[in-house]
Amino acid sequence: MAEISANNTIEFELVSPEKLLKSEPVEMVVIPGTEGDVGVLPGHSLLIAAVRPGVIDIHEGGQVRESIFVAGGFAEVSPERCTVLAEEAVPVAEIDRAEAEKRLEDAKQALTKAGEVEDGDTDAAERELKTAEAMLAAASAE
Amino acid sequence: MPNLKDLKVRINSVKSTQKITSAMKMVAAAKLRRAQESAEAARPYAEKMERMVADVGESIGGIEGAPPLLVGTGSTQIHLIVACTADRGLCGGFNGTIIREVRTLAHNLKRDGKIVRILCVGRKGRDGLKRQFEADIVETIEGIGRRGVEFADAQKVAETLTTMFDAGGFDVCTIVFNRFQSAMTQIITSQLLIPFTVPETADDEAGKDSAGAEDTGPSAIFVYEPEEQEILADLLPKNINQQVFQALLESAASEHGARMTSMDNATRNAGEMIDDLTLTFNRTRQAAITRELVEIISGAEAL
Repeated sequence: MAEISANNTIEFELVSPEKLLKSEPVEMVVIPGTEGDVGVLPGHSLLIAAVRPGVIDIHEGGQVRESIFVAGGFAEVSPERCTVLAEEAVPVAEIDRAEAEKRLEDAKQALTKAGEVEDGDTDAAERELKTAEAMLAAASAE
Repeated sequence: MPNLKDLKVRINSVKSTQKITSAMKMVAAAKLRRAQESAEAARPYAEKMERMVADVGESIGGIEGAPPLLVGTGSTQIHLIVACTADRGLCGGFNGTIIREVRTLAHNLKRDGKIVRILCVGRKGRDGLKRQFEADIVETIEGIGRRGVEFADAQKVAETLTTMFDAGGFDVCTIVFNRFQSAMTQIITSQLLIPFTVPETADDEAGKDSAGAEDTGPSAIFVYEPEEQEILADLLPKNINQQVFQALLESAASEHGARMTSMDNATRNAGEMIDDLTLTFNRTRQAAITRELVEIISGAEAL
């Protein structure tokens, strides 16, 4: 493991297609990778990971300071920087439960519809369903 | 000497034209602000994604069976040019410069014996290129950015691209668009989309970053989760989406900028014209009055 940087923080960047959402030093951040959650501390080895729909937790002093929901994307980690490219990002506190539920319903319908048609694009619908589920789960956990 | 009635009609018509151009300028200025904000806000994502693809590409590039979106099909015979123009005119040299650039590019490629195909985004591009390259235009996508550029618009374009690429429709893809710099200046940019290359601007930045952190240099070995191949399969189409999205955003911002400046010019020109015409109008009126007086006086004297 690489040497821990002097001030004990890692630069965390969260970018969505629309804008740069966050760029700040953090003590630890937990990213929902497709193959399990990844905890990133300063001095993490080089890593590129795919991100599943879920919640990014920013930790400080052993506690979660901030939780942000992301709808999948990619993360690039170097010893002093952690960049997450999210397709969609909303702070968990701002998720509207009713809206998330509606999205889940819509996604379910879209999936059944896509399933009926031959060669329907079930992949996209399935992905949307997973995103909606994760969003609702995030909202419920709050 | 033109008569008074004609002059008056003329002045009124120039005045109403001026009203239209100044209204268009206002609208363009309002739209420009929004378009500029979104274009600039989206830049970091596009740049970071490019860097990430470059990193992954670096470690996988040499391996056989690397995805053709990354390394190309091994041939450079068929070129696809994506021309990003506006659907509407009246924006100065905006569409013209793109058309000219595409034309030169296409001519050069044809001279080298390549096959050129053109995908027009925006109606004006097709109109301008139709005369010379009618047979080469494969598709025209219209109606983008009427209410601000949305990601779905970019997806539509990118999907067209990837489907065509998968079907062997082309080997190399270049996108030509106006990069927004300021309301006055747009930079014509030709960016190679497929196969993937790191554009110079992004390269500079990556260079700066690796200077700050030595261990993220090109030789760095990343751990991948899941496998590189899987990440790339997901990342590459997304990167194309994103690059197209960025190009469309830049193009939209440039369009509004160009329209604003050209409408500003038009308004000013109309103002000058009105001044000139008013002067002629007054002179003619004076002359008519003088002539009438002379007629009356000489008539009275003759009695």
